[in-house]
Amino acid sequence: MTAVAEASASPRSGRGHRRPLLQSERAQGLALISPTLLYALVLLVAPIAVVITYSFWSQDYLTVDRTFTLDQYRIALTEPIYRDLLLRSLWVSLLVSFFTVSLAYPIAYYISFHGGRHKSLWLFLITIPFWTSYLLRVMSWKVILGYNGVLNSGLMGLGIIDEPSTALLYNTSAVVITLTHAWAAFAILPIFVSLEKVDRTLVEAAKDLGDGPIRSFLRVTLPLSLPGVISAILIVMIPTVGDYVTPKLVGGKDGVMIATAIETQFKRGANWPLGAALSVITMIVVTLMAASIVLIIRQAGRRIR
Amino acid sequence: MKAILSKWLPAYAFLYIVFLYLPVIFLPIFSVNTSAVPKFPLTGFTWKWYVELTNTPALTTAAWNSLVVGITASILATILGICAARAITRYRFPGRTAASGLIMAPLVLPEIILAISLLIVMLSLGLELSLFTVVLGHVLICIPYSVTVLNAGFEGFDRSLEEASADLGESSFGTFRRVTLPMVAPAIISSLLVSFTISLDEFIMAFFLAGTDATLPVYIWGQLRFAAKLPGVLALGTLLLVGSFVLLTIAEALRRRAERRVQGKGVAIA
Repeated sequence: MTAVAEASASPRSGRGHRRPLLQSERAQGLALISPTLLYALVLLVAPIAVVITYSFWSQDYLTVDRTFTLDQYRIALTEPIYRDLLLRSLWVSLLVSFFTVSLAYPIAYYISFHGGRHKSLWLFLITIPFWTSYLLRVMSWKVILGYNGVLNSGLMGLGIIDEPSTALLYNTSAVVITLTHAWAAFAILPIFVSLEKVDRTLVEAAKDLGDGPIRSFLRVTLPLSLPGVISAILIVMIPTVGDYVTPKLVGGKDGVMIATAIETQFKRGANWPLGAALSVITMIVVTLMAASIVLIIRQAGRRIR
Repeated sequence: MKAILSKWLPAYAFLYIVFLYLPVIFLPIFSVNTSAVPKFPLTGFTWKWYVELTNTPALTTAAWNSLVVGITASILATILGICAARAITRYRFPGRTAASGLIMAPLVLPEIILAISLLIVMLSLGLELSLFTVVLGHVLICIPYSVTVLNAGFEGFDRSLEEASADLGESSFGTFRRVTLPMVAPAIISSLLVSFTISLDEFIMAFFLAGTDATLPVYIWGQLRFAAKLPGVLALGTLLLVGSFVLLTIAEALRRRAERRVQGKGVAIA
């Protein structure tokens, strides 16, 4: 027992004369992470650099012209079809992140503050649906919202509507509903983690000093859990903007998003530079949107306090 | 206010769980329904959609492909994940935050852009699209999850155990094999299972990078175009659901055991 205690104490006491070891520790750390880092550099950074390069080229039928041009960006930003698709994708991802985060917050709060012994069971229950095939989850929304779907047949069975409604499927709201469902766990988990970190004595202190439950929540718990809210927004917003499956399956004509346009340029349309420019613009714009929302939330958090 | 909260919050939590599970529940229900159209009222019980699955050669091939891709990708992702998680939790070195940020980046990038950038590189390099290119893509998106699971496992245990082992004369490899590895084995298995499940369900990467070889999700995507094939897809989905559920329950049980083990050891030392 004492040996263990000494061993754990020794690095601290001996830090002064252990410089060479510390440096070799640095080298060891770098050496250890290098395979993974290399993988990410080769298969993530390099490919994205290639996409960015392509976006400055142009293509005439099958030949790629490698002279620098901003034409693809001009087309991507001025052609109404691409502009509309981009705006719709941004709007959808904004709505989806708003709904997922605001629906997820109360449940994360409930698990963290009232979950008691069953916290990990609750978390497990929440994550299970997300491990089922993404395609099939989207598919089952089609089954629910479709013309002959569960909702329509259910509503007709109850005598609420006379004939199946076509307004449920193949539009932007079907896409928003499906994505809100699909990304729920990704919003709950980060919020839960940051709520767990909230020092409970601070909440009690606020109450002892005369704050009611709402005020103590708004002035203590909510501001302290904002980092979780922010990462939830980032985790949901950025990937949903480029979602391909959901708009394809439940979006119909009115729910097409930018991913479909990108896919067309790389598959059938075969205009790689334009597809690359669309990808780069999507990444930049969604990053800017996410960053400004994070800033707004931080500002609001400061004001509450 | 407090009374309202304590009354409504559990009700909300319950409704939320219903919302999460509702779409998933319909898969098994309609997969044993005799009608080919998924709607209420149910018409009768049957196993015929499941039986039909067994005599579909394309499905068997796709399932085999998915298995091969899943196993390869999960092993590679876990090995790379171990390197990264170990480096991040054990060592301090310059650029640690940047490196781990880069490794986790696929988590917050639109998947279609990852898939397309890989596609361009593969085609430009003249690499033929195959299951191998799918594995490369899957490893990339599995690594962040693997690192998250492994970080939790590596962070939990008492570093002094390793130092004790080193002080008692073990080499650094010996320490890793005889002290660290047994402690983190559950986390490693749980990383393998999580990566396998992700690879099994992953569609976008496989769709763009698979060439002519289909994985299960790519096969399902092809079937979704035909309304008549829907019950078969639902049956397949139910099987996948049960499979994923079993794997994840094992992963969760292992993770909890690891947690207990680490805590138990900590208590024993104190």
